[in-house]
Amino acid sequence: MTETRFSGTDRYVATEDLMTAVNAAVTLGRPILIKGEPGTGKTQLAEEIARGLDRPLLQWHIKSTTKAQQGLYEYDAVARLRDSQLGDERVHDIANYIVRGPLWEAFDQDLQPVLLIDEIDKADIEFPNDLLRELDRMEFYVYETQQTVVAKHRPIIVITSNNEKELPDAFLRRCFFHYIRFPDHETMREIVDVHYPGLKKELLEEALKAFYGLREVPGLKKKPSTSELLDWLKLLLAEDVPPEALSSDDRRKTLPPLHGALLKNEQDVHLFERLIFLSQREGR
Amino acid sequence: MLIKFFFMLRDGGIKVSLTEFLTLLEVLKRRIAGYSVDEFYYLSRACLVKDEALYDRFDQVFAAHFKGIQAIFGDDVAEIPEDWLRKQLELSLSEEEKAQIEALGGWEKLMETLRKRLEEQEKRHQGGSKWIGTGGTSPFGAYGYNPEGMRIGQEGSRNRRAVKVWDRREFRNLDDSVELGTRNLKVALRRLRRFAREGAADELDLHDTIESTARNAGLLDIRMVPERHNAVKVLLFLDIGGSMDDHVRVCEELFSAARGEFKHLEYFYFHNCVYEGVWKDNRRRHSERLPTMDLLHKYAADYKLIFVGDATMSPYEIHYPGGSVEHWNEEAGATWMKRLLDTYPKAIWLNPEPLQRWDYTPSIRMINELMEERMFPLTVRGLEEGMRALG
Repeated sequence: MTETRFSGTDRYVATEDLMTAVNAAVTLGRPILIKGEPGTGKTQLAEEIARGLDRPLLQWHIKSTTKAQQGLYEYDAVARLRDSQLGDERVHDIANYIVRGPLWEAFDQDLQPVLLIDEIDKADIEFPNDLLRELDRMEFYVYETQQTVVAKHRPIIVITSNNEKELPDAFLRRCFFHYIRFPDHETMREIVDVHYPGLKKELLEEALKAFYGLREVPGLKKKPSTSELLDWLKLLLAEDVPPEALSSDDRRKTLPPLHGALLKNEQDVHLFERLIFLSQREGR
Repeated sequence: MLIKFFFMLRDGGIKVSLTEFLTLLEVLKRRIAGYSVDEFYYLSRACLVKDEALYDRFDQVFAAHFKGIQAIFGDDVAEIPEDWLRKQLELSLSEEEKAQIEALGGWEKLMETLRKRLEEQEKRHQGGSKWIGTGGTSPFGAYGYNPEGMRIGQEGSRNRRAVKVWDRREFRNLDDSVELGTRNLKVALRRLRRFAREGAADELDLHDTIESTARNAGLLDIRMVPERHNAVKVLLFLDIGGSMDDHVRVCEELFSAARGEFKHLEYFYFHNCVYEGVWKDNRRRHSERLPTMDLLHKYAADYKLIFVGDATMSPYEIHYPGGSVEHWNEEAGATWMKRLLDTYPKAIWLNPEPLQRWDYTPSIRMINELMEERMFPLTVRGLEEGMRALG
């Protein structure tokens, strides 16, 4: 019997509410829908569940042109057409031209797999509705070969959304839901600790202070996120920036070093420079 | 007990379906959670609430329903670190409000009264978890003062006791009538997407190609279609200057979101009410006016019309010729509004003024009447309703 309770991994810090929601979804074999600010580790969650529970991971990244049918299977009509023009023998068996989608692959695994459906809100508005029955019953019918594909084990389906479109109620009713909120100071320290275990304490403190200070700046077009903080720390480490360079006194006079990792928008950089200018004038 | 909880949630505006409720019961039956209240809280939230905007409401209902149970877990209430509280309040108050507090007798008095009230409350609830005045008309209270629902009095480390999580109501600022930002606006504007195939045929139509090839006895017959894109056309009229100065930020956000979202977007500025001329550049508003009549002729009736303005002005500016504060207008603003609305049947007015104030301002009522009640507040929810009205 493999592990069935997820409790975070050595490189992913899961809060208690997240663990509860994931475990409920794993036990009942129902999809779990994850929302949250960009960069809070929604996509990574699926990878870590697979790692933590030691299951195979299948990924299905959704684009605006993705159709629900592609997740099940596709009938490669063009290949068959070409083969027919060339007189290939394969053309007589339609099964040769059925290309399996990620959902089919997941249904066919011998060990309960983790299936990531990433950014479901990118797809057409009807997309979730088209998957209702498949996610509910974990089976579908292949029209071309007249066969029914049934899941050997109900896969653990992790669905992420950035809230660009509202999802239909019927779809939501079949999912567990969790909103990953932005980590607080303490959780953030744990997260950083997991990624950079040897980080000097002072540097981390100053960096976190600078980071949260930056998030507090009113009017930023894009607030820096967890993944950006981690990138920034990596840069700071690589450049060997001393903690003093980040201390708040300095920050009033200049932008934090290597700010390009945190502020991704030139308007934001301008805004920040303006604020620094103002605070300098006040200080005088 | 849970059935009552179920109906309380529904009364509280969280539309929990029977399936979801049964799922929760199944989860409980399978003993996924232990027997602690916080685990139950997390589980029920994951099962029953499917929108982070409703987390706050869920927390409230949960707190109301399980008030008695919390008492069993004991309490850790009401040691208010005064400096901290004061700092928080100062942060969230405007100069005006600070002055009002001074008028109430200053900080010392305020703190004293607050403490007194807290004590009274402690007696009544035996140190329960409800803070003073969760609504907000009293000058005290956790959720009234600070829009983010900063909790007064619960210290950092204790906060992490999950029993108190729902009472912290951390998701407060996600309730969807408050928060605004370019991204949210874009998402709301996206409701107006209408994909259509227009223009040159440059995409392979696989389905049609196969079908016509089959009809053609297997000889390849390529069929092409035009690419799909958002075909919605929008005319945006923005009120600028005067009382709109308070709303500059939200209008900027709406404007940049709209620019990103619509391929066919034309925008014009006006002041207070639309008259015979509008302009595209505020620096040259007097020299480069575009006659409104020309716009009516230039843009076809399939354009959708969005006004953005606080509609706060003197009623004369709407109903009388010559009423404009800036120039002499031959015809009344209402006449021009009617002309625009006749030409573009799909129209809405977005108003950044808070909804509560609409009834007290006669000109807002008048404009709303002109718009046939299609005025919506400039919040995410208002925008969504507006987009639905346009769609």
